[in-house]
Amino acid sequence: MSLVAVSQSMEFAQPLALQSGASIRAYSLAYETYGTLNADRSNAVLICHALNASHHVAGVYAGQEDSEGWWDTMIGPGKPVDTERFFVIGVNNLGSCFGSTGPMHVNPDTGKVYGADFPVMTVEDWVDAQARLLDRLGIATLAGVMGGSLGGMQALSWTLQYPQRVRHAIVVASAPNLTAENIAFNEVARRAIVTDPDFHGGHFYQHGVIPKRGLRIARMIGHITYLSDDVMNEKFGRQLREGIDIRYTTQDVEFQIESYLRYQGDKFSEYFDANTYLLITRALDYFDPALRHNGNLAKALSVAQAKFLLVSFTTDWRFSPKRSRELVKALLDNRRDVSYAEIDAPHGHDAFLLEDARYMAVVRAYFDRIAQEALSADGPPLGAKAPSGGSAAGMPASAGAT
Amino acid sequence: MTDRLTMQSIAALVPERSRVLDLGCGDGAMLDYLQRERGCSGYGIEIADGNVLACVKRGVNVIQANLDEGLSMFDDASFDVVLQIDTLQHLRNTETMLVETARVGRIGVVAFPNFAHWPNRLSIARGRMPVTKRLPYQWYDTPNIRVGTFKDFEVLATKNNLAILDSYGLQEGREVRLLPNARAGTAVFKFERA
Repeated sequence: MSLVAVSQSMEFAQPLALQSGASIRAYSLAYETYGTLNADRSNAVLICHALNASHHVAGVYAGQEDSEGWWDTMIGPGKPVDTERFFVIGVNNLGSCFGSTGPMHVNPDTGKVYGADFPVMTVEDWVDAQARLLDRLGIATLAGVMGGSLGGMQALSWTLQYPQRVRHAIVVASAPNLTAENIAFNEVARRAIVTDPDFHGGHFYQHGVIPKRGLRIARMIGHITYLSDDVMNEKFGRQLREGIDIRYTTQDVEFQIESYLRYQGDKFSEYFDANTYLLITRALDYFDPALRHNGNLAKALSVAQAKFLLVSFTTDWRFSPKRSRELVKALLDNRRDVSYAEIDAPHGHDAFLLEDARYMAVVRAYFDRIAQEALSADGPPLGAKAPSGGSAAGMPASAGAT
Repeated sequence: MTDRLTMQSIAALVPERSRVLDLGCGDGAMLDYLQRERGCSGYGIEIADGNVLACVKRGVNVIQANLDEGLSMFDDASFDVVLQIDTLQHLRNTETMLVETARVGRIGVVAFPNFAHWPNRLSIARGRMPVTKRLPYQWYDTPNIRVGTFKDFEVLATKNNLAILDSYGLQEGREVRLLPNARAGTAVFKFERA
């Protein structure tokens, strides 16, 4: 019994003012919904995506068996985030390359493709855009907002930007901001793209080329940081690609890990947009809600009203447990309801996208509580009846990290 | 049944509507009880995955952490009450955690198996480590790495400048106030910084 996903699109004529001072007008957001919005519209759960994922969160597109959503293990009928009970919304962020307005589209002000001129987006801007989508869907309050990594930053930001509209925030493998090391990895990836001769200052579309070399290297370095030393060793070790003898070559693929990284890089460069990569990694770098409070995270989080579930993974060195603990402490300082699970998983940052029984069980239990809470709050049962929107074009599935 | 009475007796030491931190909160039963029956709020700290899950299922706030790494996450006197129910005997840094308990909580409440309970003494006198309902493990597989007595705790509390506000023994869920060091399997102390 698999969930059939339908990609939809919503047009916005009203300009969206951005944190940078710029604004974007006449944009559209690609989104998907699963399950049924109940009569009192109280069972909506928003899923925020990370670097290379999209609004295609769960299910498969009709007739495309291999098109599972990037969080299909977590979300669907009978899954931890149960679409039999919750109305789940996935939305593609502005600047991304999976259907929402992005750098590959035409700027209505100039009649030319945005390219490098697409406005710089922040986590806060994305949340504002998501809030407008919810307005149009008639959803005033979210039962939950959930995301991993950069998606977790959006979930956190929801509780600060729209504290009255969020009952629960589920923040997985995330952080209150990026460390210098993390920004450094992003910068290496960006330099790889920007220095690719095919990048043309971000206006490569009109040259009919794609800076694939840069994208490949960006993906390779990213991929290394999403895994753990242990899991890489277990998967590849020092295994050679061919035979058992070293071939004494400096440029050909020799080790399996090289082959794997090249494959991942090639695949990525086929579907991901270079300007999107720059925009999204920048949004990661800029996110820092404590900045306006002299670095005081507890002060920054004092406006949050939501209840929180935080999850981290012990071998995640890109978004380490230490960073999640900082969030826990800031929430404790504000006497917010918070639970925190630190899952002893070997898979590094990627663990948030994988099926670990302990992780799945905690999220399932938490969503069970959200559902029970809604029942005892005297509302009608979750998952009663209601509408859902139009429809639009499909898009390829993508796994996502960061 | 006796577990229930034990829990009720210890819960009675916690003032109503307190903000509580429960160190080694297990499946969250105590916090759940304190929230429902005494209007308390708070958090549990737990290391075991299964217990963390049980707490989330109950709707008890739980933070997964290793107590042997300390309580640096918590500010001074940030809780009305800090509980250590059957936790102290599992910790490596027992003394540090006792001081930390009194630092973070205005009141500390500790309960642990009293090694000087008479059946234990009898067993030792016969030359064998005790194996009882309260201390069900063999000497070689016990998670109770700190074996102490009611009287031992009084000495440790004094050494660390803790003022004992109340202390008694618990046996089969009943409070033992006469000769608790010999007559009770569980020692209970309520204290604050002197």
